[in-house]
Amino acid sequence: MGSTLALPGVDVDPRDAARSTAALRRLLDALPGVDAWGVEKRAATLATRSIKRESKAAAIDLAIRTMDLTTLEGADTPRRVRSLCARAVRPDPADPRVPSVAAVCVYPDLVATAVEAVVGTDVLVASVATAFPSGRASLAVKLADTSEAVAAGADEIDMVIDRGAFLAGDVAKVFDEIVAVKEACGDAHLKVILETGELATYDHVRRASWLALVAGADTIKTSTGKTATNATLPVAVVMLEAVRDFAALTGEARGVKVAGGVRTTKEAVRYLVVVNEIAGPAWLTPDRFRIGASSLLTDLLLQRQKLTTGVYGSADRVPID
Amino acid sequence: MSRYAVDLGAPAWEYAPAPEARELARLGTVPQGRLFIGGAWVEPADGATMPTHSPATEEHLADVAVAGPADVDRAVAAARDAFPAWSALPGRERGKYLFRLARLLQERAREFAVLETVDNGKPIRETRDFDVPTAAAHLFHHAGWADKLDWAGLGPAPRPLGVAGQVIPWNFPLLMLAWKVAPALATGNTVVLKPAETTPLTALRFAELCEQADLPPGVLNIVTGAGATGAALVRHPGVDKVAFTGSTAVGKDIQRALAGTGRRLTLELGGKAANIVFADAPLDQAIEGIVDGIFFNQGHVCCAGSRLLVEESVHDAVVARLQHRMATLRLGDPLDKNTDVGAVNSAAQLARITELAAAGEAEGAERWDTGCTLPDRGHWFRPTVFTGVAQSSRIAQEEIFGPVLSVLTFRTPEEAVAKANNTPYGLSAGIWTEKGSRILWLADRLRAGVVWANTFNRFDPTSPFGGVKESGFGREGGRQGLAAYLVPAGEGGA
Repeated sequence: MGSTLALPGVDVDPRDAARSTAALRRLLDALPGVDAWGVEKRAATLATRSIKRESKAAAIDLAIRTMDLTTLEGADTPRRVRSLCARAVRPDPADPRVPSVAAVCVYPDLVATAVEAVVGTDVLVASVATAFPSGRASLAVKLADTSEAVAAGADEIDMVIDRGAFLAGDVAKVFDEIVAVKEACGDAHLKVILETGELATYDHVRRASWLALVAGADTIKTSTGKTATNATLPVAVVMLEAVRDFAALTGEARGVKVAGGVRTTKEAVRYLVVVNEIAGPAWLTPDRFRIGASSLLTDLLLQRQKLTTGVYGSADRVPID
Repeated sequence: MSRYAVDLGAPAWEYAPAPEARELARLGTVPQGRLFIGGAWVEPADGATMPTHSPATEEHLADVAVAGPADVDRAVAAARDAFPAWSALPGRERGKYLFRLARLLQERAREFAVLETVDNGKPIRETRDFDVPTAAAHLFHHAGWADKLDWAGLGPAPRPLGVAGQVIPWNFPLLMLAWKVAPALATGNTVVLKPAETTPLTALRFAELCEQADLPPGVLNIVTGAGATGAALVRHPGVDKVAFTGSTAVGKDIQRALAGTGRRLTLELGGKAANIVFADAPLDQAIEGIVDGIFFNQGHVCCAGSRLLVEESVHDAVVARLQHRMATLRLGDPLDKNTDVGAVNSAAQLARITELAAAGEAEGAERWDTGCTLPDRGHWFRPTVFTGVAQSSRIAQEEIFGPVLSVLTFRTPEEAVAKANNTPYGLSAGIWTEKGSRILWLADRLRAGVVWANTFNRFDPTSPFGGVKESGFGREGGRQGLAAYLVPAGEGGA
């Protein structure tokens, strides 16, 4: 496809937009609007895809492989994190063919515990940072938060944008913070949480997506899971369109992470369908797509067992974290 | 960073076949070789039958009766006999029958969806999510009107016309039946309906619903057959009102035949709708709207957005995105729940589409299609787009009634209006722009019965549908749709 998916009116090279606020604004202003009714209808139509048998089996394993198994509670303890990590590495002790999840996601002070628990495995450690979930702290605090998590061994950082600044029109502040956090990440992978529930409109979601991508986000992420509205299918459509178009424009493939509220296999499969049909099958990999979830894994494992036994078992048949 | 290497070696994720159960259509129980007249299943006078086939597999489905002139006489007489009692029923009582039909249709929705897909070739996703629910919605809507006609703004105590002769097309067999039958019955008329030659099965099944609902005999009569049956019905002197949906050529023929008879007529005919995309359109949704506009129901839609008028400055970007999107359309088994594009309804229609597409190429337009694999059997046509189409080209002028889009450009809103209106048809149009004032400016100037803004092919029983110019006259749905079955205020009749 390459550059054939150019956006009409967008004559700004995203790399130039990264160098000047005026160019950044021009790029964001040139983005086509999103018609809410239309994008919701598109998502609803894709949600009717019927995924059965071998394609369902593949989807379940893909959903597990793309999962950031998450615990973000004030009550988290090292013992609980170690338990979560054991489950992340080997979700179903009864069936070694079940793949590991992509990563565990914890608060910064528990990164070291998690790193120790997953050492020698393929499971990555992600940490929320930058005064998660509100982001209401100074840049210095956010950077310190990030640096500590990276120093403790985090492979991935999930930062939050300053939604207040974005809604007030201060795109430069949001941009500069992402750039600074990206630098503090070093080699760690940066996921930028837009908190789409607070951005409220699809136009905002599209603009915030491009802003984050231009600023260097490796992945754009829907939400913290701490607000009333988490990931939705139409929001995922808008963000996947941004990533698809960004790749067409620059040749760089970035990722999307949906987070919060994804609890059932059926919902997870719908997200995979949307990834497949909006961004394309090349995005069906943990490098480019993640589902942040905590309770989803149980349903995935029970549905996986059902494919072989024909029975949806008791939740007591899979370990909790 | 190698942990984030591009994983292009990952196998593509294929959707396994997800076919809806064909047995749900209960093909074995379709009333074969009989007509539904006066509440009974009767054989045609000369015993004639015709086969109906599956467009997707060409397999033989059933042999249905062909009604001759004597059978049409009988059906019209049955409707005439039923008219006095039916029209004298309080509206509330007529409404009860319609509510019952609507509920029964919902209860048997899956059966109707599968039967429609098997007989018509359209995807099960559409029959399940559009055709059957919208048909039920029209029945519900008109059921609600039956006891409120005094308040419809059509004068005090509006009276029905009498016997309605209705001829419907093959593109939305059940839905067109509901569009015709629901307002006619709600307003107190009785009906003789002729379904299309290639898609008679859901109408026959609907007759069974009428039996199940205890609809009084003769209120709705269904006569199957081909063009001759339809011609006999619309010319029958016992018919007070003719409603026809189909081609402009046949519509003109009917209008000529009825001229001077005093019988009322509404026509819903062809179209060559312009879908107008401005540079400031919500781009991704506009692409969806273009796809919905022309590939919905394989383009067998009278109001299909078959001409894409795109602002010249964004032509390349829109076409590239459109092609990218078209490549993801899933063509194949209409019963598969993941199929987006089904089979062309008949060999004759496929031949017409093929001929017009060839003409487009011969006239110098650039042809592009998805290149997808077509099934070995059945009637199929790949989703196709023509660029570089001249306004004078046949594919810009003639209704193709297939999955073929012609792309033209414009530079100013005035030029968009001029090109959009430059057609003998006037059924529908679409406008895509984020500028509200421009939508209103265009809607005032487009000569089309329906103008969609930032959407396309949306239907609702509360919204009147119909055309201007050679797309016909009369409205279906809304308050205006009731007027088509009532004596105008201040006039005698019936």
